[in-house]
Amino acid sequence: MRDSHIDALVEIVGERRCLWQPNQVRAYACDGYTAESGLPRAVVFPESTDEVAQICRYLYEHEIPYLPRGAGTGLSGGATPTGGQVVINLARMNRLLAVDFANLRAIVQPGLVNLTLTRRIAHEDCYYAPDPSSQSVCTIGGNFAENAGGSHCLKYGVTTNHIVAAKVVLPDGSVIDVGAPFGDAPGYDLLGLLVGSEGTLGIATEITVRILKKPQALRTALAYFERVADASDTVTDIIVAGIIPAAIEMMDQLAMQAVDKSNYHVGYPNDIEAVLLIEVDGLTAGVDDVMARVVELCRKHHVREVRVAQSDAERALWWSSRKMAFGAMGRLSPDYIVQDGVIPRTRLTEVLQKIEGISQRYGLRIANVFHAGDGNLHPLVLYDSRVPGEAERAVRAGSEVLRACVDAGGSITGEHGVGIEKIGEMAYMFSEDELQVQRAVKACFDGKGIVNAGKLIPLPGRCVEVKHAREIIDDHWQILNSFPDQAEVQVRAARAEKTAAKRTTSVQG
Amino acid sequence: MVKDSSSMAPRLSDFCYPDAPEEDKYSVCVHCGFCLEVCPTYQAWGDENHSPRGRVFLIKSCAEGELPLDESVIDPVFTCLDCRACETVCPSGVQVGALVEEARGQVFHARREHGDRDPLMRLFLRGIFPRPGRLKTIRRLMRFYQKSGLRTLARSTGVMRVLPPQAREMEDVIPEIGRGPAIDVLPTVMVPKGARKATAALFTGCVMDVFFSDVNEATARVMVRNGVEVHVPREQICCGALQVHAGDRDMAREMAKKNIEVFERAGVAYIAINAAGCGAALKEYPELFHDDPAWHERAVQFSARVRDITQLLVEVGFDPPKAELPMSITYHDACHLCHAQKIRREPRSLLTSVPGVDLREMPDSDRCCGSAGIYNLTHPDMAGELLERKMDDVPEGVEAIVMGNPGCMMQIRLGVKKRNQQLRVMHTVEVLDLAYQREETP
Repeated sequence: MRDSHIDALVEIVGERRCLWQPNQVRAYACDGYTAESGLPRAVVFPESTDEVAQICRYLYEHEIPYLPRGAGTGLSGGATPTGGQVVINLARMNRLLAVDFANLRAIVQPGLVNLTLTRRIAHEDCYYAPDPSSQSVCTIGGNFAENAGGSHCLKYGVTTNHIVAAKVVLPDGSVIDVGAPFGDAPGYDLLGLLVGSEGTLGIATEITVRILKKPQALRTALAYFERVADASDTVTDIIVAGIIPAAIEMMDQLAMQAVDKSNYHVGYPNDIEAVLLIEVDGLTAGVDDVMARVVELCRKHHVREVRVAQSDAERALWWSSRKMAFGAMGRLSPDYIVQDGVIPRTRLTEVLQKIEGISQRYGLRIANVFHAGDGNLHPLVLYDSRVPGEAERAVRAGSEVLRACVDAGGSITGEHGVGIEKIGEMAYMFSEDELQVQRAVKACFDGKGIVNAGKLIPLPGRCVEVKHAREIIDDHWQILNSFPDQAEVQVRAARAEKTAAKRTTSVQG
Repeated sequence: MVKDSSSMAPRLSDFCYPDAPEEDKYSVCVHCGFCLEVCPTYQAWGDENHSPRGRVFLIKSCAEGELPLDESVIDPVFTCLDCRACETVCPSGVQVGALVEEARGQVFHARREHGDRDPLMRLFLRGIFPRPGRLKTIRRLMRFYQKSGLRTLARSTGVMRVLPPQAREMEDVIPEIGRGPAIDVLPTVMVPKGARKATAALFTGCVMDVFFSDVNEATARVMVRNGVEVHVPREQICCGALQVHAGDRDMAREMAKKNIEVFERAGVAYIAINAAGCGAALKEYPELFHDDPAWHERAVQFSARVRDITQLLVEVGFDPPKAELPMSITYHDACHLCHAQKIRREPRSLLTSVPGVDLREMPDSDRCCGSAGIYNLTHPDMAGELLERKMDDVPEGVEAIVMGNPGCMMQIRLGVKKRNQQLRVMHTVEVLDLAYQREETP
């Protein structure tokens, strides 16, 4: 509905940079996590810090819920409206503001795409290290919000290790600078708090990042294992041997099948359980020796075949095959939920067995693609949302996977964030007292509780409600399944109910 | 997990005409968004609605009855350049182009039903392109217009101002129209001197033969020079790509049937085409016959024989020219060659086989130039922006920009003209042809 609030937003950004008609905002109903969605009230496209500040000030003053969005590739629903929010789309704020090659710093706007930064500084042999699989599309602002990781974070650290300062628009529209481009910023670590806050505490509009010189040399190997246990023992042994590879990635057979059907075909054998992609980097004088030791360790653990990339093209293909694995799931299934649990490396085999058990119990296929080096699992629960009840079953299977990770001494997320998706598991990981401290932090920044509400930190009692609701829905679907002709109509009705329920929750928040 | 759609109630789709976007195509999209950054319209606006993922989502929403077939769907679907860059990166292999074309088909039907006729569009889609006779008449008129001094007169009197600016710009860069269309000028069969490696029928195309019949003649010469027996079926007609792009799928089907019949009769191993847009359309004929198994099968047989000229030459084996052609060039990947047909290597290996040719790659050579069929006439702003970016990417000091599609040739001629540059715009086979001709006259 065009109302005075829309007029006010149009006043700030102009008619062309404000979408408000319900059918025009539909494309913003979800991000890369598609299991839940909601319609925004409007989508605005600011182009400067000042515009973002004006928008936030207006919305906060009028108590209109809002949330930021980058490229919308997030996998936990961080940029998904729960219903009725204004989406602040930062995609047009995509400039590289300054680069200081001598001091290895760059200042970027939040909408700049991760890989675009690397491309624009490549002529000086520099790059930006955090490399999420979606790096060719995801934005640095989004990486900031989610504290994104990536394959090479094993050696180089995640986003928070590469952001040194930021200009941030706080929920009420005031603008502050946090962190320090060089050296430590005294006082509380506000930057550390903001990185990974999933857009619940403010919007970074200028981000100062560390850039790195490219390593002198790289060696990349592909190793095929008949048994997952051998692959995971190899990973552990490599780390224990004191080698710090740039990356160690693993994929299971189902994931291999998906990517091999895509444009990024490698031709994996169909009778191996796991493939490892191992990269070492450093001085030219050392990489071959290190790679030789890695190969030796693979052999020790009965690798069937291990190959070192002979060309940049070969290396690029292997990496594409790994990085495109999520997106290639469409070759196997119309929908998936990707989980992001972290476990101690040494318990890989055991947890993977548990996941296999969950897969069988729920009757849903689960593919595994993950950062083996740091124990960050990405089980992909495959489902078909057109089959009544399957989406809900997938969400529950995913939840069980996360609990298995926590039980093994790990965490519910390594790099994708909590968002909407894992909010129910927060209470499994933290006690009520611990969550209360988190809520207090949120309230310091956003006293009205309107900025990306319903994400990351569960409201008191919410976890119990969610659990209860899931049980009811589960029973509900079983009844529905016996009336297939009515199913489709009912799915719609139930979806509408769910959205309405969510809306109520967020309004209460 | 078994997909069981049989147990589902029928959806109330807002696509109510036959040949609608297929569920099997849009359900493959898992919404990863890896396509966003390669999409020219998303690059320009940063709006999800104008991204491949957004378009597929809107089409899906419409198919599932969540959105009506109104401007919120129509605008993104028609603002798409159909460049297929998204298909190159999509890990799940979503056929975005086919979905967009099918959705346009629905819009075309809906508009006709509501009496919302665009007479000019209708004239082009139904009155001119499907009729070779009328096309030739237009060609003759244009040649007369150029040769008789009428062009000079029109320009000097300012009568051109009745045309929209984008059409006026295009008029400006129409090449000198040659003596006659290749389809009339070339012999029906051309036999190579030495051993015959293959037989191929030349698809002469409409735009190519009206504006660039020289390229068709060069194509025939290059094929014959490389041992291919060339046939030129006289009854062939325009491929129907423009109709498919505009959503007039019924007309496109009729044209496809005609061509399938004509080329079945030709009895040749290959169908050779030098226009990327037409090549992609010919290879995608089966998409038009989902509801007609008999014709679908014939379309599959037909498409299996279609080769882009560069693909054909590499496949049958070509003789690298022996004469020197000192020339520095850059190569522009036409979308319908690199994205739709996955042809990138072949033109480059032909070009670099010519002694003296120095191929300097331009950055993002596979980004759309904005031509996109008649897109530069329907969406001049976006087309203009893309043309600017393309011209910015041309490396300093090259003498020619080479490509494999007449639409791009027209568009880039416009870019060269606007910037007052001394740059030749050439088709890949023209470079080869030039080199072969130098062999004869040392």
